[in-house]
Amino acid sequence: MVEFFTPSRRGVLKGGAALGAGLAAPTIFSSRVWAADYLNKPMGDTVTFGFNVPQTGAYADEGADELRAYELAVKHLNGEGDGGMLNTMKPLALTGNGVLGKKVAFVTGDTQTKSDAARASAKRMIEKDGAIMITGGSSSGVAIAVQSLCQEAGVIFMSGLTHSNDTTGKDKRRNGFRHFFNAYMSGAALAPVLKNAYGTDRKAYHLTADYTWGWSQEESIKNATEALGWETLEAVRTPLGAGDFSQYITPVLNSGADVLILNHYGKDMVNSLTQAVQFGLRDKQVNGKDFTIVVPLYSRLMAQGAGENVKGIFGSTNWHWSLQDEGSKAFVKSFGEEYGFPPSQAAHTCYVQALLYADACERAGTFMPCAVVGALEGHEFDGMGNGPTLYRAADHQCFKKVLVVKGNENPTSQFDILEVVQEVPVEQVTYDPAIFGGDLGECNNGA
Amino acid sequence: MDAILLQILNGLDKGGAYALIALGLTLVFGTLGVVNFAHGALFMLGAFCAVTVNQLIGLEQVTQDPTQLTPWGTPVEIREPYIVSWLGDTGLLILEYSVPVSILAAIPVMIVIGLVMERGLIQFFYKRPHAEQILVTFGLAIVLQEIIKTLFGANPLPQTPPDALRTAADVGVMFGFEPGQIVYPWWRLVYFLFAALVIGSVFAFLQLTTFGMVVRAGMADRETVGLFGIDIQKRFTVVFGLAAVVAGLAGVMYTPILPPDYHMGMDFLVLSFVVVVVGGMGSLPGAVAAGFLLGILQSFASMTEVKSIFPGIDQIIIYLVAVVILLVRPRGLMGRKGVMEG
Amino acid sequence: MKPVKATARNDHLLFVVFAVVVLAMPIWLAPLGAGYPDLMQKFAIYGLFAMGFNILFGLTGYLSFGHAAFLGVGSYTAVWSFKLLGMNPLPAIALAVVTTGVFAWVIGYISLRRTGIYFSILTLAFAQMSYNLAYSVLTPITNGETGLRVLNDDPRILDHMVGRGEADGSLVATLFGVEMNGMPGFYFCAAFLIIGMYISIRIFRSPFGLMLRAIKTNQNRLNYTGVSTRPYALTAFVISGMYAGLAGGLLCVTDPLAGAERMQWTASGEVVLMTILGGAGTLVGPIIGAGLIKYSENIFSAFNEQTLHGIFAFLPDGIEGAVVSVAGLFVGEGWHLTLGLLFMIIVIFLPGGLIEGGKRLVDMTGRGPRGGGGGRAGDAAPQAAE
Repeated sequence: MVEFFTPSRRGVLKGGAALGAGLAAPTIFSSRVWAADYLNKPMGDTVTFGFNVPQTGAYADEGADELRAYELAVKHLNGEGDGGMLNTMKPLALTGNGVLGKKVAFVTGDTQTKSDAARASAKRMIEKDGAIMITGGSSSGVAIAVQSLCQEAGVIFMSGLTHSNDTTGKDKRRNGFRHFFNAYMSGAALAPVLKNAYGTDRKAYHLTADYTWGWSQEESIKNATEALGWETLEAVRTPLGAGDFSQYITPVLNSGADVLILNHYGKDMVNSLTQAVQFGLRDKQVNGKDFTIVVPLYSRLMAQGAGENVKGIFGSTNWHWSLQDEGSKAFVKSFGEEYGFPPSQAAHTCYVQALLYADACERAGTFMPCAVVGALEGHEFDGMGNGPTLYRAADHQCFKKVLVVKGNENPTSQFDILEVVQEVPVEQVTYDPAIFGGDLGECNNGA
Repeated sequence: MDAILLQILNGLDKGGAYALIALGLTLVFGTLGVVNFAHGALFMLGAFCAVTVNQLIGLEQVTQDPTQLTPWGTPVEIREPYIVSWLGDTGLLILEYSVPVSILAAIPVMIVIGLVMERGLIQFFYKRPHAEQILVTFGLAIVLQEIIKTLFGANPLPQTPPDALRTAADVGVMFGFEPGQIVYPWWRLVYFLFAALVIGSVFAFLQLTTFGMVVRAGMADRETVGLFGIDIQKRFTVVFGLAAVVAGLAGVMYTPILPPDYHMGMDFLVLSFVVVVVGGMGSLPGAVAAGFLLGILQSFASMTEVKSIFPGIDQIIIYLVAVVILLVRPRGLMGRKGVMEG
Repeated sequence: MKPVKATARNDHLLFVVFAVVVLAMPIWLAPLGAGYPDLMQKFAIYGLFAMGFNILFGLTGYLSFGHAAFLGVGSYTAVWSFKLLGMNPLPAIALAVVTTGVFAWVIGYISLRRTGIYFSILTLAFAQMSYNLAYSVLTPITNGETGLRVLNDDPRILDHMVGRGEADGSLVATLFGVEMNGMPGFYFCAAFLIIGMYISIRIFRSPFGLMLRAIKTNQNRLNYTGVSTRPYALTAFVISGMYAGLAGGLLCVTDPLAGAERMQWTASGEVVLMTILGGAGTLVGPIIGAGLIKYSENIFSAFNEQTLHGIFAFLPDGIEGAVVSVAGLFVGEGWHLTLGLLFMIIVIFLPGGLIEGGKRLVDMTGRGPRGGGGGRAGDAAPQAAE
């Protein structure tokens, strides 16, 4: 019955047959005889992608950057512009002539960084706009909520920025795919670097955003650092969006800890970091060592204003625009030419996800979700900015190099906030998919 | 011991902000009888005065260096603030002190915003039900914050305090503690003093000037004052401007503590209403006392020791206090008996 | 209260017209781009939510700023019912309504000790506490940020009893073999909306409804005459909470996920806006308001530069660019701005909401039965006990 909303049929509606079609709608719902072999099968000469990004709320800027990347990806897929990563992606089935001969069109929506709103927006794209694939988002809660929606509806979900282990762990779904790295990888990548920089005898104090992602990261970083020999003194939960973190920072001062780990993202990260620096934590000497701060997940976009405060602070990111491989260079060039500034890691992961999906359709020869799932599972590719990458079949997580970065001591421009310390090889961050549990289930074509 | 002292300090600077916002809110409510949901937006606008001043002072001359190229092929831009190229080190110094300097700009700007708001919108709502006041000001708050978002983006924009105040002060040493035991950021101490100063000036203004006397009389009994032939309306307009300035200044000085973003007004709004109610609707000293009290309580509730007994207490303490106060002492801590008692 | 005399016959007519309009939504909403199941479900659900809120606010004048908490409690109860009992929506709805009723009774019992803005702050405080706790320490019950979902390994006792325990594929609420998403879901919600409307009409016209209006008009006078108003207000509060619980339950029937955000104070603010936008104290106003807000949320936010260029393509190039960039401020990322402006305009010029606006229009064209004096229930009434 959702077939009623496919593009071709919308054309009919516009043509003035609205009344008749509307009357028909209630009678078709009970049977799925009408349904094609899969949901939202593109009938005309276009195929519709749904870009579901935060446009309001604290992550609106990040969402705007994601949308820029998607628009660029659509251009490149349709053969406009300089082609970006289509020139570097290997293997490549895309021809720059849309996907499977159909031009790519897109619809956008606002997740508001709320799982309810994100699902409503995704439903609109699926039910009304006939989107064949949903992608985007800037938080794990939204990613998990939309991923399960797409599983139920029977379309593919290519998640945007989501860092919680759960997205491809206990909440993984057959129809959902993640290119972005996760908290476990952050911990595994950071630990050796932290060991080199700060030694094995450290006492850590965690401040953790009090929601699922924060806990996920706290656990991963705790495990990774404790394996080094670090001691975790305390892990304190802070309310999301607390604004002023002073009441959580002061107990750190005399706790005997010599490392503060901020499991915060976005606005919380900027606030807690700025305030921690104001409390003189970075000038402090504890246990005969310099006190240090670690921000396991960096957001350059958010850190942009934090300037001075991030200098020398370690963290990890999925990708950074200063990388010198062919794929990154091609992407930064076309993004920079289009918009005048470099893309963020959120933009990168979204751009790559859109291309990977299109490529998988091309290779599968159909948009049918189950076939696309098959084409993506176990797919190995290169030239997308993170070196050789595997879309692991067991949990739909990408395995690739992870960047350990540090706040740049001598930035040359306002975008030059972070410097890449190390590109951690993929072997070091790979883990057994069984450790997070969960079940992919069966793929769903929605028909 | 030191942990408790530190939490009291935390409560003081947080409380300073709460008190400043609540002061204006209760002033407007007491005089004009208006429930102003856009008051948080005034706080936010104040903060963005500081951002704007900083950006204006730091306006950069952009020259291009054709020898270096960005990864996307345009020449690298070299940015230098005009003020630095004109005034050299003096320029740097002005830039460094941009937050305190913004106070000078924020006062006239906030007065104008306040007057425009009152004359342009609020005055038509004096006789309307509270629900409508709430709605129209809530709508206004959304409009204001969306305008700011369009102009400045959604990301927080950290502002730096002057270098001398950027680090932490060893407060403990002054009171005979071990060095390094009780340290507190200079700027937060400054903020507390600033809040005290502003609160003091507002009280002095209301207590010591004739103007203030009339306003206070108007708060107590508006009609009678009107019967004396005093144009209370005009004075109340000024009061609204005053409330806007106080909220704005609270915002300006808060920027180095909390990097401003377009949504900060909403974040503080509910809280400041709770402060006003706890202090007693329309009571100025009550608002101040409740601001500091709730600031300190919130700090204590966040201590791990407390949280281990009452999990999640730091998330709800403010509301819990409000509920208890409203039930056992509905006129609030310092509300006058019989006035605004629900 | 209404310009048209509130006779039993008129009420029947209103009810029948309402039912027909609701059931015909798929037909007349399609040309507006809103005739897809999810949005129509939202219209019905938030219509119920606002309708319930209106029984409290529109009749008694008590402005609750914490109604979203009831929506949330209803949602969580419904999902827990799915998890423990099974995917049948009827027990889920029943439990959601009952649980929310109890919850509303507790909060109402405490909050109604105060009136006016104090009442608003009390309800706001309770709702914020619920939201903050649901997001953090109550995560074992609410699943925090991600939201509570039904999982394959949940007990679902009833499902297992009838041998439908092992779901192949996704778990959707199912009534007599019909899955409650898409159009069936909409008709399910619409049925409740129509029942809700019937109850609402009955309350409005009953002596109880009259008593509630009396509370709004002058509570003190009632108290002086020896009438204890609190039981009446509390009953209204509980009924209104149950409507919210029903709405919350229905949200989960159509989409089995309960997120904490629906308890946030802005969500409470939204239902106030819906009610006032449409017309507080009128029977259908709140539903119109709910529809309008949900429509703008879903339709305006979906506009982007591309669609705008499509709309204004008929303009000459230079002008088109300018028009698109101006219009772009109000849609897509800027849809909140549109919402804010809408509130302001409505409250400033049409304090009685759209219903009043409609009446004025009718009056102006000279076909109105009577002058615009009717407006809302207790238009000029001062706030209770202020």
